[in-house]
This record gives sequence, C-alpha cells and structure tokens, in this order.
Amino acid sequence: MRVEISQKNLAIPLGIVWLAALAVGLVGVSQRLLSGHELANYTSSIPWGLWVAAYVYFVGLSAGSFLLSALIYVFGLKRLEPIGKLALFTALVSLLAALLTIWLDIGHMERFYYVFTRGNSVSMMAWMVWLYTAYFIVLSIEFWFAIRADLVETAPEPGMKGRLACLLLGRFGRAFGPSPLIARSEPHNREADMRVVRVLGAIGVPLAIAFHGGVGALFGVVGARGFWNAPLYPLLFIVGALVSGGGLLTFITAFFLPNRGSKEHRDMVTYLGQITLGLLAVYLIMVWAEFSITWYADIPAESKPLYQVLGGPYPWVFWVFQVALGAVVPIAMMTMRPRSVFWVGTAAFLIAACFLATRLNIVIPGLIEPQLKGLDTAYTDSRLSYDYFPSLMEWLVLIFIGAFASGLFYAGFRSLPLVGGRKEVQS
Amino acid sequence: MAARSSRRKFLRKLATGLPALAAGGALAHTGVLLAKGKKGAGDFPGDAAVWRSKFLDQARAEKAGTAVVDIIDAPVRPTDIPMVMDISRGHIALAGPTAEVAIRPAAVIRMQEELQRAMEKPIDQRKWIMVIDLQKCVGCSACTIACKAENRTPPGVVYNPVIEEEVGEYPNVRRRFLPRPCQQCDDPPCTDVCPVNATWKREDGIVVIDYNACIGCRYCLTACPYGARYFDFGEDYTDGTPEKQEYEKAHSFEYGRAWRRDGDGSPVGNARKCQFCIHRLEAGMLPACVATCIGGAMHFGDSNDPDSLVSELKASPRVMRLKEEQGTNPKVHYLV
Repeated sequence: MRVEISQKNLAIPLGIVWLAALAVGLVGVSQRLLSGHELANYTSSIPWGLWVAAYVYFVGLSAGSFLLSALIYVFGLKRLEPIGKLALFTALVSLLAALLTIWLDIGHMERFYYVFTRGNSVSMMAWMVWLYTAYFIVLSIEFWFAIRADLVETAPEPGMKGRLACLLLGRFGRAFGPSPLIARSEPHNREADMRVVRVLGAIGVPLAIAFHGGVGALFGVVGARGFWNAPLYPLLFIVGALVSGGGLLTFITAFFLPNRGSKEHRDMVTYLGQITLGLLAVYLIMVWAEFSITWYADIPAESKPLYQVLGGPYPWVFWVFQVALGAVVPIAMMTMRPRSVFWVGTAAFLIAACFLATRLNIVIPGLIEPQLKGLDTAYTDSRLSYDYFPSLMEWLVLIFIGAFASGLFYAGFRSLPLVGGRKEVQS
Repeated sequence: MAARSSRRKFLRKLATGLPALAAGGALAHTGVLLAKGKKGAGDFPGDAAVWRSKFLDQARAEKAGTAVVDIIDAPVRPTDIPMVMDISRGHIALAGPTAEVAIRPAAVIRMQEELQRAMEKPIDQRKWIMVIDLQKCVGCSACTIACKAENRTPPGVVYNPVIEEEVGEYPNVRRRFLPRPCQQCDDPPCTDVCPVNATWKREDGIVVIDYNACIGCRYCLTACPYGARYFDFGEDYTDGTPEKQEYEKAHSFEYGRAWRRDGDGSPVGNARKCQFCIHRLEAGMLPACVATCIGGAMHFGDSNDPDSLVSELKASPRVMRLKEEQGTNPKVHYLV
C-alpha cells in the first residue's frame, strides 16, 4: 500500500491545530506565571511531575538527534548526509524546548543563573546544566558552520529566506534594507566550514554523552529512591536518547524531506528506520534487565515502584504507550513494511512520541513510595499526596512547549537552508 | 542567682500554661511548691504569700538546702495537682494523677539550662541532637502544631509530622507514634545534590537552607530518605476566603530573619525544612516541638556536652535511628 501525503491538504488543518495549541498553551503559561505553582498537581511528596519528565524527554531528543548527526559529520556516514543539518537543527530546537520546560518548572525562575554564579561542583544537576550549556554553545556554533555555506548561497534569494540568511550572516543592511537584494552568489569555502563542523562535532559527542548520561546520573545518584538508584541509569538514558532522537529524525525525514517519492528518500527512511529499530531493541533489552532483576530480587524500595508501573493507578501509561504504541506496534510496522516511507515514518513517530511515557514512568514511579512507612497518612494535605496526575495547567504548559518547538522547527525548516537539492560536500 | 531566677520564671510560665488544669475547678492558689531535697505538696487555698512564707520557713527548719519555692496562681481542681516527691539532679519526681505530665518541667528546665550553656560555646563546639522517647509519645501531634505555629508554615509544609501506626491484631492491638522532624543527618544526602549550594550542614550540625539562594528545583526533596523537605507552593490556609488572616500575615523568624509569605518571594517557591528552630536556640529557647511535648518524649541538647540529658539518653540500649542503611548518620535518635 502506498499512502500519499499531500502537504497542501494537511497544511490548513495542521495550522489550525497548531494555532489552537498555541492559544490554549499560552493560557497555561500565563496561569503558571501569574499563580506560580499553585495550579500544579505535583506535591512535596512527588515533587517532580510532567514537566521534569518532559524536560528529560526533550533533552533526550536533542542528545539523540545530535549523536546521530555526529554519525555524519564526525564518523563520515555519507548515506545520511542530506539530513545532517536537519539533525543539528532538531537537536537545537529540542534543547530549547527542554530548557524552556525546566525553566518554567523551577520555583524561582529569576534565579536560574545561580547555577553559574554559585554552582555546586558535587551536584549532578549543576554538572548537567554546565554540560548542556557547553553543549548548547558547541551545537549552536556547529549548526551555524554547517549551514553557513548554504546561507551564503541563499542570501541573494528574494523574500524572507534571503533576508533571514543575510541576518544570520551579519549582513544587516541587506537583511533589513529595501529590496531588491543583491542577486549575487558569493563564493564560499564550504570545505573549510565542514572541517570546523567536524571538530565541533567531535567535541560535541562526548559533551552530549556526558550531559545526557549526566541526566541519567542525576536520577541514579539518589540513594533515597531505590527505583532510580541503579548504575544502569546513565546508559539507559543515553540509549533512550538515541532511540527517541532516532525516531524523531526518521519521522521528520519521512514526511518533511523535499525529495519524497524518490528512491534515495525511501532508502534513507528505510536506513534510518533500521537504525531506530536496532536502538529500540537495545533499549528494550536494557529495560528488561532493569525490570527483571528488580522484580526477581523484590526488594521493596525498588520493586514497589516497579509494581506501580506495571499495575498501579496508571498502568496504561506503561502497557498502552510504552509497550503497545511505543514498541510493539512500531516494531510490527517497521518489520512488516520496512520499505514503506509512510509506515516507517509513522512507526518512528510513535516511538518518538511515546517516549514521553517512558520518561514519565522513570520520574514519577521513583517518587511514588512513601520514604517512611506511614508517612503518607501522617498528615493529610493535598500537597503531601503520593498520588499524582498532571493538572490541566501542567498539560497546557506542555502543549505550549510542543507548539513552541514545532512552530520553531517549522519556521526554521521553511526559512533556513536545512535540506534541499544543494550539493553536499563529500568529506 | 540568675540561673535560679530564670528557672523560676520559666517554671511559672510553664505551669500557667497547663490548660487542662484550668478546666472548671474551685478557685485556689495552686501550682508547685518546691524545695531542693524536700517533698512538697499541691494546692494552697487562701493567701499565696502566707503559703510561700510557711513553706520557706519549714524548708529552712528542715535544712532542706537552697529552696526553690513558688506558687503559681491558676484555678484548678485540687485532684489534678501533683505531689512533689523528690528533687535531685534537676529531676523532679512527682506523684498524683498528672505525674507523667508534671515530671516534664524538670527535664525541660535541665535541657533549657544545657542549651544556654551550649550557646555560650563557639558554634563548632556544639552538636545539636534530638532524642525522642517513643514510649512517652502519646501521639497528640502537639509538636506538629507547635512547629507549624512557630514557623508559620503554609498548608502542606509540615516540618514535624507524627507517623501513626497500628500494630498487632485484636485483642493485642497497639498504636505507636513516631514524630519525624528533619533528621539533621551528619552525612546529609540532600545538600550535595543542590545545584546552587543553597543548603548545607552548619558547624553545629543543623542542615539549613538559604531561602534567598534556593532556586526551587526540588532535587533535595527527592534526595531526602526521610521525606523531611517540603516545597512552598505559595498556598495559604485562607485561600478562597475574602482575606488573609493575621497569622498568615505575620512574620516567621526562621534562620533569625523575618520572613513574610507574600506574593512569590521567598520562602514561597523554596524548599523548606525543620531547622531545629535555630531562631529559638539563639534566644536561649528549646525548639518549639520539644518545649511543647506534653509527654516529655522529645529531648534536645548538645551531644558534645557529656553531662547533657541527650548525651545520657543517647547511651541508652533502646536507641535506634531511622534508615541507618542509608549511611546518613541522623542526629535524631529514637528510644524504642
């Protein structure tokens, strides 16, 4: 079966959905900014909720996309070159979404910079922030070098695309000046830029591994929470990042690349799908290791949260989103129709989207058991509850982040030379 | 003399605060008449000054040593008044229906004096610990409420809840209670995780939070094995009512500074926790929970002082600490 996706047919309904998401999302963000954390449902007992899970999810997408871009720029995987810049841009947008999410989560947003001015060198959270700041800088510069040659080529074009290219290149006169723009392509040393990209990518790889492994360590080092306190966590997070990032890139490649319908496109989607599938398999083995050992040893501090995942108040998060839609269905789609762009792309979308459930099922169950027996009933208050389901405001803020990220991605996709028929350098 | 005077003042303050005694009895001068080494009695109808004078004369005649004598005016039922059986080493042994209650003042006085003594030392030479006798805890939650009143904590911020547990099966059923203040760990897992160094262990062992530095990431809440940290969501007890009440507008004096919960300024948006009432310690007073404990279950003092009550209690074979396996070395000890 071949399914044709027409961009024009989808543009208007998707645009309406996006605008609606942005509107309701802004309601949530204004509620958050005006009433602080009062409308959130997390408690002092379950202090981290949807936003922390979403943050971990977004940084995972970023690290995963970036590491896949490194296959191209650092390890010279030529097959994937057409999506190199797209992968870097995806990493950048995901990181911005993550930072926005966690910024809205903290109690004193105005003090976020304290992590730099008075950071604690033995805190995994501080290290995570420092590392992703370094990663953000490296990623931004790398992205700029990766697209500079294309920007130079785009600059003479009329319209917004050309003006944006001029703006990014620092040609402000041309960016804001009256048209017509100078329709002259300037020669640019693409090879020199790509050498810089390779060096920055090589720096970025250990940074991305360190900072996302650091996110895993942030949870892993918490001895008070048996469910998190596992040496496997940093590895689980890195592989998880690759799975979700790979899924997202495959989805974007399947549905957004301009050469849809060509054999090259289908080959690339198939290839990316296989990479994602392989990574998912590794991830599932790691999850099995984690769960089966916890289950077998049955030490309450560790196993009780696991039982909450499998059969607590919200078992569908695990069985429906993590297992069925996040693994079984996409694996079936990818193995049964490995050459279908639509099926592989849809399967990849499911893997990427449902990974939020995986992140939720790491963050929340780790906190769900009272630290002392009877603490849950010692004092009754809604802010001391060990039952958590995100509030409407929390969902709305997440919808805003989603709209922000997808809008930013689409704007960049439309106005930056991320993909296209231009000749990629053979380095 | 000064110490004796402060002890008398304290005793008076404490005894007048015994609300149960004031419930509907005949008017009489009552309270405690004490003389060191002397057995005393309970109610004193008529002129208090005459009683005081008589008692002093008698104490002198019996050479009972330095007398600590007082009569506290409060309307009481005579049967509620305890008898002073013995005074030694700062303990007062009493007999009577409220003996368990009335035994308390002596321990409190002793701890108070030890506290004042400890406060004269440099901070790094004090090590505050708490010893909670679970056999004396009656589960009244007075400590929880005293703490909430003292620190003006909002809904959901409860520095010292009392965990209740029912054990056994009918007919052999018992309830047991466990007050859970911050354990003030010697190796606190909550401080290392803080990304901005906003929480740390002081030289005297108390784990504190700098409200003006805390960014409200709540990492420390996840890292505490005892659930002893809370997030201030900015809520009030009077939310949904026309106006805030005075008790919510009043300052709290945590860490010796005046904090008013208003808008989204600190401590709103911060992690919060029990800090052994540092502001009270600095004023020479015991933590609110210890001062208010009706069962005399909570003890507080300087474990660097070998003569302190807590040092004695800590040596008991009944001592246990929560979650020793976490390696946190809590400074709150429980007598089981």
